[in-house]
Order: sequence, then structure tokens, then C-alpha cells
Amino acid sequence: MLAQIGRRVLAGAAVVAGVLTLTFFLVQLAPGDPVERLLGPTATPAQLAAQRHALGLDRPLPVQFAVWIGRVARGEWGRSIATGRPVRAVLGDALPATLVLVGLSLIASYALGFVIGAWQARADRRVDTALSVATVTLFALPGYWLGLMLMMVFTYWAHWLPAFGASGLDVDIITGWGRLADRLRHLALPLATLTLIGIGGAARFVRGAMRDVVGQPFVTTAEAKGLSPFQVTRRHIVRNALVPVITLFGMSLPALFSGAVFVEAVFAWPGVGRRLVEAVQARDYPVVMAATVVTCVLVVTGNLLADLAAAWIDPRVRYQRRET
Amino acid sequence: MNRLRRDRRALFGVVVLVLVSGAGAAAPLISTGAPAAQHDVVATRFQPPLSTDHAGTFHLLGTDRFGRDVWTRLVYGARVSLVVGVVAVILSVVIGLLVGGVAGYWPGRPRVALLAATDFTIAIPRVVLVLLLAALARPSAGLVILVLGLTGWMSVARLVQGEVRSLAARPFVEGAVALGLSRARVLARHIVPNALTPVIVSAALGLGNAIGLEAGLSFLGLGVQPPTPSWGNMIASGRDTLVNAPWVATAPGIALVLVVVACTLLGDALQDALNPTARHDTVR
Repeated sequence: MLAQIGRRVLAGAAVVAGVLTLTFFLVQLAPGDPVERLLGPTATPAQLAAQRHALGLDRPLPVQFAVWIGRVARGEWGRSIATGRPVRAVLGDALPATLVLVGLSLIASYALGFVIGAWQARADRRVDTALSVATVTLFALPGYWLGLMLMMVFTYWAHWLPAFGASGLDVDIITGWGRLADRLRHLALPLATLTLIGIGGAARFVRGAMRDVVGQPFVTTAEAKGLSPFQVTRRHIVRNALVPVITLFGMSLPALFSGAVFVEAVFAWPGVGRRLVEAVQARDYPVVMAATVVTCVLVVTGNLLADLAAAWIDPRVRYQRRET
Repeated sequence: MNRLRRDRRALFGVVVLVLVSGAGAAAPLISTGAPAAQHDVVATRFQPPLSTDHAGTFHLLGTDRFGRDVWTRLVYGARVSLVVGVVAVILSVVIGLLVGGVAGYWPGRPRVALLAATDFTIAIPRVVLVLLLAALARPSAGLVILVLGLTGWMSVARLVQGEVRSLAARPFVEGAVALGLSRARVLARHIVPNALTPVIVSAALGLGNAIGLEAGLSFLGLGVQPPTPSWGNMIASGRDTLVNAPWVATAPGIALVLVVVACTLLGDALQDALNPTARHDTVR
């Protein structure tokens, strides 16, 4: 078990190291000279050379890479070209917003998706088909478009919910319950968008995993013993389907973060995804690099946790530790 | 094939894709023929669907804020979406076949290295990778194709790798090797053609993904640039007029969802038809 955890952690670290390398060298490919952009068109060649030397950009690429890695490891991520703020502050402010949005959406979509998928696995053909069409459609909805549609209905037509940002303009003067209610009202539409799409994916995963179990002989045995359908589902099917579902839960994280990028952009949700989009549009490379790395670290960590949870839940894996 | 013909998911998928590509191909015949044309902007803008403007032009899906016919832009946008999606998928299938073929047939270091590269690329959220690549050059349809092709090959590579490994042990491959054919030739002529079946499923699902992502990039202004219509930049331009002209953003979104659903259902149906014992669902 410990060796397995160790291997997983190493693999995750390798992915993060790879992402660091990839972002660094890809950004080198970007057209345009950062020093020219920094000093403007009036700079003389001597000034350019001096600035290049001051920034360490005249050193060989591998040296620059090593220096950059060292700085990243120490948490010095440079400054945003567009706003001049330290990248660390930009992303530090954005990270909680993304974690709240993605985390709540993950819980909500798997809770609801699990119910739908479990229902489908035991339902008759017609119900199953109807629900499949619904979940495939949900899964196919582009987040930014669904977001706009919800915004149209709930903000512009019904005037129920705000459509932009994470808090109202009066955030600094309201306190207590009022502040919480304001937060929740701003969270409602982005969360609903991301969750509706997530339900589609989760229900499809769960249905597949459950169907694999439903066909197994021990389910027939349980039914033959005279257990009620509810008990068969709860004690024999759900428990066995849980391991693959948790693994898939981890595998769906990249898709969820991808969806969050668009949803954050549409609702101006102040998270990492929106910062990434803004930085890409403004060619703000320090922020692009850092946001890429941060998102990948989150996904890798989430994957790791899902793997560990799946191993812990599976008695076959859990009890190995005592035997060996 | 028979199984596939009776599958309603496959029927739906094929009908939608044929209709959309037909509409795209026949775009000049079934629309005003000028997706970027602006006439009297003030008089023709924000015409609701099914209305006729002062010049007597009928607008099936209304007009946008520049008085451009939404239906015309929708069918011309279908061209962009389908061409970008199909070419990107072809690119990713070619990369996937190369990576998967070599990894499956060359045990040892090449396999380990290529599989590690595949797992690594899968672990990065695709949109993040796409945005990173899109940040490096000026936005254009060609860049979108390249970016989507470079980020969509991993599932093909994995499938092909598994298939090639099992095929490599089969007698007809040993026969070809015994005849003295080179490794590359055995791989290209005898193994890869037999490993193509699962790739079809992956390509169908990948097409839906690629079309959705193209629209997403264009929505963010990083893909196909206006005034060339793409479903994504149409949604983006409709975003500003959600209150007084909701049809501008609604129509391309519905088209997009239909096409992506069609690809997914077709992929699922192909999966079941080609491999009846496997699971019904395909993970994106």
C-alpha cells in the first residue's frame, strides 16, 4: 500500500515537472521579443542588450530554465506584464474562488449523477433510454452557452439572480447573513451551469460501472435469496460499483477544470480559469505559465486523492496491507 | 453493420451530421449567400426570427446587431465548424496512429517513453493546454486545427497501442516477419490496418469534442476571427444582445449541441456495434 502511494506520488510529481518544462519551452516559442515590448520601439540596441542582460535573457536556455525552476520552487513567480501585480498575488486571490466553484460542483454533480446513473442501471429500457438522451445532451452542452442561457432566463427575464462576479458592489458594507446570502446568490448560476454539465458526465460513468456489476452472478444470487431490489442495489451493486466510479471521478477532473475555464469566463467569476483566459488574451506570459502550472497541480492532486480513496475503499486493496 | 443500421442512436447521429454538412455544402443555395453582408444596419438590425425586413428579405432566424442574417451565418458557420473539426480529428488520428503503432510494436524504451508521453498529456486539462498553445500565435482557423490536433491524439494512441500489441503476436504477423519484411513495413501494411476499428469510435467522439472546443476558442476570441462566422464567435457576439435579441446566441448554441450529441451517440452506437461485449459508455 505504501509503495503504491509512493509510486502514485512520484508519477504525479513527474507530471508536474513535465508541465513546468513544457510551459517554459513553449513560451520561448512565442513570437516577439519581451525586451523590445518592455522598452518600446525607441530603445537603442545597446539599451536592449543591457536590459536583456539585466533580465538574464542573454544566458543559454538551459540556464534560464534552471533559474526559472529555482524561482518557481521558491514561490517567486514574477510580475504580470499586463497589470504589474505579482503573479503570486493574482493567482492567490483567484485560487479560493476556483476551489469553491469546482469543489461544490464536483460534489453536487456526483451526488445527483450517482442517483440518476444508479436508477438507469436498474430501470427498464424506456426509462434508461430517456435518461441517456438527457444525460448525453447535458454532457454535450458547452458551458459558456448554457451559462448565457441561464443568465438570460434568471437574470434578464426573471431578475432573480446576479450574473457577474462573486459578490455585489456593497460587499464591504454588508455583514453576517446578508453577506453570505449575497455570496450564494452570485455562486448560484456558475455552480448550476457547471453542475448540470457534470451531472451528464457523472451519470454516464455511474451507469456504465453499475451495468458491469448488475450482470454479475452474485447479483442474481442476492436476488434469489429474496432480498428486496433496494437492498440488492444498495448492498451489492452500489458498493461494488463504487471503486470504478471513484477512479473515474478522478479522471473527470481535467474535464471539470476545462469546463470551469469557460464558465468562469462567462460569469466573470474571479477564479484561476478567468485569469488564464484574460492572460492568454493579453499575452501575459508569466500569468499564463503560472495558471497552467497551478491548474495542473490541482488536477494531479485531485487524481492522486481519488486513486488513494479508491484503494482505501476496496477491501481487496485495503486488507493486503495486513497480510503482507 | 446490421446492428448499426437498427441502432436509433446511429440513425440520429448520421441524420444530424448529414443534414448539417449538407446545409454547410449547400450554404449559398439555401441562404442569402453573404454571411458578412451588412445593409442598412439601423433598419435591418435585431429583426426577430420569421420576419421580413423593409427590403423584403425574409429572415428565418432573425438578424444580429449589424443586420446580418443569422440563418446565413449559421450555415456558413457550419462549414467552418465541420471543416476545422474534421481536419483536427484527422490530424489527431494520424498522430495517435504513429504514437500508438510505434509504442505497441517496439517494446522497451520507445514504448515506455511514448506511453509516458501519452499519460502525461492526458493528465493536463485539455482546455488549459489548448489555451497555452493558442497564446503563442495569432488566432486563426489553421492554428485551431493544429492546437486541437496536437491535444486530441491520446485516446487513439492508447487504443492503437493495445490493439497493436495483441496483433503483433498473431500468426499472420509472424508470417510477415518470417518473410523478411522490415518492421516498419509489417507495422504499416499488416498491423495498423487491422487496428483501425477502435479508432473509428474514438474519431467520432473526438469530432464532437473538437467542434465544441473550436466553438469555445472562437467564443473567447482565440479561434476563428469575425467577420467569418463560426458558431463560437456567433455566440460571443450574441452575448452582448441577450436582452433584446436572444436568438442571436441561442441558434448557434442549439446547432452546436445537436452536432456534439450526434457525434457522441454515433460513437456510442459504433462502439456497441464493433464490440458488443464491451461497456456501453465511452469516457471522454
